[in-house]
Amino acid sequence: MGLKMDRPESPEIFRILDKDGEIVDEEPDIDEEKLKEMYWWMLYARKADEKALKLQRQGRMGTFAPIEGQEAAQIGASMAMKDKDWLVPAFRELGSYLERGIPLEKNYQYFMGDVRGNIIPEDLNNLPIAVPVATQIPHAVGLAWAIKRSGDDGVVLTIFGDGASSEGDFHEGLNFGGVLNVPVVFFCQNNQWAISVPFHKQTASDTIAQKAKAYGFPDIFVDGNDVLAVHEATKAALQRAREGEGPTLVEALTYRLSMHTTADDPTRYRTEEELNEWKDKDPLKRFRIYLENKGIWTEDWQEELEDKAKEKIDEAVETAENMEEHSVEEMFEHMFDELPKDLREQMEYLKRSLEEKEIEEEQVEIKGGFP
Amino acid sequence: MIEVNMVGAINDALHVEMEEDEDVMVLGEDVAENEGVFRITEGLLDKFGEERVRDTPLAESGIVGVSIGLALYGMKPVAEIQFMGFMWPAVDQLSSHASRYRNRSLGQYHVPMVLRSPYGGGVKALEHHSESFESVLAHIPGLKVVIPSTPSDAKGLLISSIRDPDPVVFLEPKKLYRAFKQEVPEGSYTEEIGKAKVVKEGEDITLVGWGAMVPKIVKAADHVADEGVSAEVIDLRTIYPYDEDTVHESVRKTGRLLVVQEAPRTSGFASEIVARAVNEEMLSLRSPPLRATGFDVPFPLYKMEDWAIPDVDRIVKKIREAIEW
Repeated sequence: MGLKMDRPESPEIFRILDKDGEIVDEEPDIDEEKLKEMYWWMLYARKADEKALKLQRQGRMGTFAPIEGQEAAQIGASMAMKDKDWLVPAFRELGSYLERGIPLEKNYQYFMGDVRGNIIPEDLNNLPIAVPVATQIPHAVGLAWAIKRSGDDGVVLTIFGDGASSEGDFHEGLNFGGVLNVPVVFFCQNNQWAISVPFHKQTASDTIAQKAKAYGFPDIFVDGNDVLAVHEATKAALQRAREGEGPTLVEALTYRLSMHTTADDPTRYRTEEELNEWKDKDPLKRFRIYLENKGIWTEDWQEELEDKAKEKIDEAVETAENMEEHSVEEMFEHMFDELPKDLREQMEYLKRSLEEKEIEEEQVEIKGGFP
Repeated sequence: MIEVNMVGAINDALHVEMEEDEDVMVLGEDVAENEGVFRITEGLLDKFGEERVRDTPLAESGIVGVSIGLALYGMKPVAEIQFMGFMWPAVDQLSSHASRYRNRSLGQYHVPMVLRSPYGGGVKALEHHSESFESVLAHIPGLKVVIPSTPSDAKGLLISSIRDPDPVVFLEPKKLYRAFKQEVPEGSYTEEIGKAKVVKEGEDITLVGWGAMVPKIVKAADHVADEGVSAEVIDLRTIYPYDEDTVHESVRKTGRLLVVQEAPRTSGFASEIVARAVNEEMLSLRSPPLRATGFDVPFPLYKMEDWAIPDVDRIVKKIREAIEW
């Protein structure tokens, strides 16, 4: 016996493809069509993200959170989900939204400041973006509880970042999830930077995954830049939930190659050397090499996909930039099921004041950015 | 009819609605096995089981956050925060999500949840157990804030709150929990949210209050009646949406207004009532609208709590100030 005070051991990372696209673990049995789909969604997400950055720099889009480098984590996770499953997102999951079936123009609209971008297509089990960090995690637990109580099919997957693991709602959400034993997967994209704060200043744990031990359910620590590993890990976690075994915490270790948001300048706080090291671990590159080795990827196919992506992206920009103007009603009418009298009065007042407006204020260009 | 105090009336409302609608669930700290620290949830676990009546971990933000998830899926959670003083961590979930979901999804999602909480002082409670920050909640666009002052209103308003498709914060003045019994209809009935009640008619001054202030206001009105002042007393019953019509109609008649609020003075809901009356009824007013409120100090430990809460004496003096102005 004797008193023991050991530091917790960190879990081993689960990886199928190394950074050069070589198989280092058991190769999963995924058919060619699905492999091609995976690559398509990763590529499409990256191209859509690149376009958004251009739009923002041209002043055609507001502040948004780029996903570059995190495509494997997002596509691997959402492709493991079934249609009936619910995705409860944070705000840096463009890849998952697209793969789940949310049209790109919705995402563009949202970041162009248009609330209609929050509308989820009918029959899609998705909550809209949640900006306040970690606050969506308890919602996922509540949804999962309601699904369980209703005896419905489907499980819930909620995505958040490494910064979220420091929030109270992370603890409360995971703790509730464990106690209630509900069908939910907590999926952390650890991109190692919460704006300028690196992972080692976020937590003294070696990993976020190991925090699951304190909540009484399993964890998986997976290479988040390896789409095959993320897919297999998430599938296993979702399956546990489906079988009534309760929650799993999945940590996908990845890297934010771009900025926190378009208002951020990462050169202020991290080195070029670190960035280059992770560029070498690019999720698209390694998956492309893997597909090339299998005889699936060709230059012609790449060109075909890029053309298709460009076409879809151009259409999305066209739609998002040509939305009908908002009506004053849209700001007020959905405050409550029935609009109280004083809100009706406020709405009428705004309408009147716009109609009778005499003084146009000079629009001052906003220089620089804000997060 | 049944004769019950406010605890019994709220308990009865929960029984009635849980029988009526199986989507209604009750969750919070100590609400199941222990039947609530004030016994509000008595008999619910036995009758409806753990699937619908659930003790949760001790985590206010979690309770409200999980309730939002339940409500988004179509459940009707009635969550409890054990004391309003501990609601602050949950205010993030209320203001960041519960209150905004319908608006930001243009009606695609809504959050039909009720958050119940005992509030207010006067029962010699421990520090942090006597707070009244209903004004903060009324300031959050998208929340309804309901505060009954009688058993009968408590039951009818809680049933309405549970049936409301939007989030309602239901604040229970714990000073009045066991203060008196009242005949209350059996079974199901509703009281309209957003509708004030004229408790006592009068001609010379309008007295407005809510929660545990209402019985004090009535006593003050009785007191000044002996001095020949006829006071009209309005129990607001809902802070948001605010029943401006009932208050202003009364002000047009009496020409004077006093709003009584247990909470601290600055930026309290009394200020909103006064501002609106001045904006709309300036020409009816015969004296400046006044407030009798708590002070801008943290709610004190109980040896000083009687000073913190407006009493009949202070209310009477404010009435005289308005009349003699």
